[in-house]
Amino acid sequence: MFGKLSWSAIPFDQPIPLIAGAVVLVVILAVLIWVVVAGHLPYLWREWITSVDHKRIGVMYTLLACVMLLRGFSDAIMMRAQQAVAFHSQGFLPPAHYNQIFSAHGTIMIFFVGMPFVIGLMNLVVPLQLGVRDVAFPTLNSVGFWLTATGALLVNISLVVGEFARTGWLPYPPLSELTYSPGVGVDYYLWSLEISGIGTLVAGINLVTTVLKIRTKGMNYMRMPMFCWTTLASNLLIIAAFPILTATLAMLILDRYLGFHFFTNEAGGNVMMFMNLIWAWGHPEVYILVLPAFGIFSEVVATFSGKPLFGYRSMVLATMAICVISFMVWLHHFFTMGAGPDVNAIFGIASMIIAVPTGVKIYNWLFTMFAGRIRFFTPMMWSIGFMVTFIIGGLTGVLVAVPPADFLLHNSLFLVAHFHNVIIGGVLFGAFAGYTYWFPKAFGFRLHEGWGKAAFWCWLIGFYVAFMPLYAVGFLGMTRRMQHFDVPEWRPWLMIASIGAGIILAGIICQIMQLVVSIRHREELRDTTGDPWDGRSLEWATASPPPAFNFAVMPSVTSEDAYWAMKRRAREEGVKEPDYGPIDMPRNSPTGFVCAFFATVMGFAMIWHIWWMVIVGFIGAFATFVVFAWRDKDEYEIPADEVARIDRANRAARRELITAAGDL
Amino acid sequence: MTDIAIAHQLPGLAEAAHEGPASKRIITGYGFWIFLLSDIVMFSCFFAAYAVLQGQTAGGPSGAELFNLRNVAIETIFLLLSSFACGMASVAVEARSHLWFQIAMAVTCVLGLGFLAIEFREFADLVARGAGPSRSAFLSAFFTLVGCHGLHVSGGELWLLTMMAQVFAKGFRADIQRRFLCFALFWHALDIIWVAIFSVVYLLGSAA
Amino acid sequence: MNILDPQGPIAAANMTILIDSIAIMLAIVVPTIVAIFASAWYFRQSNRRAFYWPDWEYSGRLELVVWSIPALTIILLGGVAWIGSHQLDPARPVPGTGQGVTIQVVSLDWKWLFIYPDQRIATVNTLTVPVGAPLHFRLTSASVLNVFFIPQLGSMIYTMNGMVTRLELRADEVGNYQGLSAHFSGDGFPDMMFDVKVVSEPEFASFAANTVKSDHVLNGDSYRKELLKQSVPKDKAIYRLDDPLLFTAIATQRIPPGPGPQEAANTGASNVR
Repeated sequence: MFGKLSWSAIPFDQPIPLIAGAVVLVVILAVLIWVVVAGHLPYLWREWITSVDHKRIGVMYTLLACVMLLRGFSDAIMMRAQQAVAFHSQGFLPPAHYNQIFSAHGTIMIFFVGMPFVIGLMNLVVPLQLGVRDVAFPTLNSVGFWLTATGALLVNISLVVGEFARTGWLPYPPLSELTYSPGVGVDYYLWSLEISGIGTLVAGINLVTTVLKIRTKGMNYMRMPMFCWTTLASNLLIIAAFPILTATLAMLILDRYLGFHFFTNEAGGNVMMFMNLIWAWGHPEVYILVLPAFGIFSEVVATFSGKPLFGYRSMVLATMAICVISFMVWLHHFFTMGAGPDVNAIFGIASMIIAVPTGVKIYNWLFTMFAGRIRFFTPMMWSIGFMVTFIIGGLTGVLVAVPPADFLLHNSLFLVAHFHNVIIGGVLFGAFAGYTYWFPKAFGFRLHEGWGKAAFWCWLIGFYVAFMPLYAVGFLGMTRRMQHFDVPEWRPWLMIASIGAGIILAGIICQIMQLVVSIRHREELRDTTGDPWDGRSLEWATASPPPAFNFAVMPSVTSEDAYWAMKRRAREEGVKEPDYGPIDMPRNSPTGFVCAFFATVMGFAMIWHIWWMVIVGFIGAFATFVVFAWRDKDEYEIPADEVARIDRANRAARRELITAAGDL
Repeated sequence: MTDIAIAHQLPGLAEAAHEGPASKRIITGYGFWIFLLSDIVMFSCFFAAYAVLQGQTAGGPSGAELFNLRNVAIETIFLLLSSFACGMASVAVEARSHLWFQIAMAVTCVLGLGFLAIEFREFADLVARGAGPSRSAFLSAFFTLVGCHGLHVSGGELWLLTMMAQVFAKGFRADIQRRFLCFALFWHALDIIWVAIFSVVYLLGSAA
Repeated sequence: MNILDPQGPIAAANMTILIDSIAIMLAIVVPTIVAIFASAWYFRQSNRRAFYWPDWEYSGRLELVVWSIPALTIILLGGVAWIGSHQLDPARPVPGTGQGVTIQVVSLDWKWLFIYPDQRIATVNTLTVPVGAPLHFRLTSASVLNVFFIPQLGSMIYTMNGMVTRLELRADEVGNYQGLSAHFSGDGFPDMMFDVKVVSEPEFASFAANTVKSDHVLNGDSYRKELLKQSVPKDKAIYRLDDPLLFTAIATQRIPPGPGPQEAANTGASNVR
């Protein structure tokens, strides 16, 4: 009746996941009860859960990422603690448990922190920067978010019902085949990612169509903010790469569920094919993550240097070059599989070639700062921290792109340090910069600067203390994913690394404090005009937070740095009130949430082999789509005087900005 | 300076943005094309897996021993005719003819079901002969590639029936027309993929 | 296990390339980082002496330099990569004294089996080799993916079931070293460390001669019974090799791959042939 599911799936005999699960469950229940009792549910349902507004969806994506960052980071703390003590000892985490933890850590950080964070920021900001009202497919946007949340939910359920994969964040066969991983762990992984992969693909289609087909009047390609270019590049990669992940995981699912032989040891399965396919997705994936971060830095550095981005066209060329080349380097993830010198060398050289456009970007940011007037607000601190840290990470990356060097360093902690160097230093620092930079736009008040700077320094110092020792211990021969070890030379480095993890923990606490304090003091931190940083692009031309329709009248653009030009013109020529008209906006819809509910049901049922539940879930999902297709009114109108009222209020607040001329 | 230069050299590019956001029909079609491209990437992976595993018959039967080209020919004719019928349905939408729309869609549906019936029988037959997907890596790849196409056709049938119901209930409303455009693109794309399948899998496989 | 302390020519050459590459890149990276700090500091808003060019956003000459610096660096490193990949291809033979020793390596869950077909012996988790002689490794896996790695002797290489990979090394100094698996392979993975004893030629000869007298015999049956199942051995067994074609049988899957954990039997997994 319930497939493989039984009471033994709950880890009553393992205190750590049991207690962690219980705590999380209690917190969730408490929050839910508070929401319902305090009467917030109708508001939440109307304004957030069923919202198709890109700004709301962007915020929810970012919130998901932040919450999952806490989960992924707890895994990291446990791993560092285990490796600090497990010298000639089993430590406090038995192998089965430790192996799930590092697998969950990687899976969560990449798919449920990195991806939602950058997709969230892109969703929030891109329509605003393009001067338009929403993305191309608002309801689909909501579906995409909720499917991603489904994936995150399934991974977290595995903590208390069943187990997670014990294969690492990429489930290499034959280890991930049924023979060697007979439990439900790999199935949790597979269904979670298949479902959230659909969500990601949907976001990719949405954002590419938006950037290419929905821009305000006059916004040619060469007048778009740099963040929109990196959004385009990143989402083109999503569209081209995520289907590969879907197909490859589907093949593994078929192997595990129906006895197929794509990657089994028996009957002709080919393990090397998995490696090629998964990394053909995996390498573009890291560029999907880092390109939006590059875009954020372009925005932040230009704004806080008081200068336009240096070398705009060169940056566009570099971005698209990275986009294309990222598809040609995947073999560098398995130089040691024995492909032969020609193949290894070609892919090694291709991998190095990607360093060229990346280096160009660093220099262009440097020249943006040069002869600028730099204001060291928190986003700018993250940007400078990124530049230095990412260069080091890039250096170690080019290093392991040289096959003979990789023959010594593959899979070692040197490699682990490298990719954390570029992901934390690049993606996460960029996400934090974007979060701090665009928070006032999303919520109407700035984040507290003091706590922000404290968080930055803790993260920066903590990162170096946690990961530089890992480079060293990689040189000393240590490989990754070791639950215990007995080589004395490794010990001191691992202990230092665990201290670094503690410093990062302090940074995260500072970020939580920043949020709490900022909400408490939001009136003092209020952004009254919508332009708290003296920005250059169109998102700063509207109120904070923007009205549902973003712009009362979509702006007409005549140059790069559209809003900067508008401000200049306004100072010189004054401002005329526009002609207001009614605006049609897409109606909210529960489709995303309900569809994701059925997806969760189907995913869970698939994992536990509860076949009747799969069918029920499928029928429910299909019915949801038909119900959505059947609705007659998909828009609502905001009358002209309502538009006028909202817009006039913001214009009044901005009058100070315009008349305070030349005050830079 | 640069913007004017671009406007001269690439007038289409400059003007398109000049106008502002594109129309809903263009946006919908564009987005759906991009989805189709992503779907083709997914099929490419299955084609690649098939190519890699083609020779891995694990001592079992190979394509040449298993494939029935007569069935494949019939399947192909059914699918091509169904695409034609779908095209007729598009014409009916242009002409706003409810009757011809429903007829053309019904024909499309029946032909598609015919394709699926033959394919299902082929699969059942192979499994009964001990040449099911768990027999060898080659057969796993074959069943997955061809089966994935079949699943897409099945999904397309569900969509087709929904479209028939929608037009019946609500007529040729603008948003329903946009959806039908997407459906037609989807159905024709499946045809294209079938052409690739019968060439790469059945024709090449039988020759070997 | 320090890769910066190589004990053989392959490891030494790999390390040289490693250090040279770092040096080449640091030559670019250090000035760039210094420039970033210098710019950020000098052009801070409170420094009123600094010049401010609010409209400076393009310089053709600077673009040329900015594209050239990384490009030239990469061209240089690319050359290093091309030449190095060919000279240090794992399968490329290494010159040395004598004929050399062929060692067939099987990675199991969770131990290493070393078969010396010419000496008719086999050992578990200990690799004894003569100094200065070319070492011809042929590697396969009994079950899942693994990576054979002796950090101080040189390159690592994958082991895969149903396939044979090749690695050519040489050890130049007598001593005791360590090797490990560099690819996660399951619960017993951290215990896949093995000892590497580099001994003189006469010592190696006597080691082989003594081991072949052992009553502990390795053939298909004892392999299946003692080694194939998932376990972490407590001792480092030594064997007389009864079946010189054992490795071939394993590599061609005539002896099927190792079983998974005991639960496989309980879930009734039907695709395990």
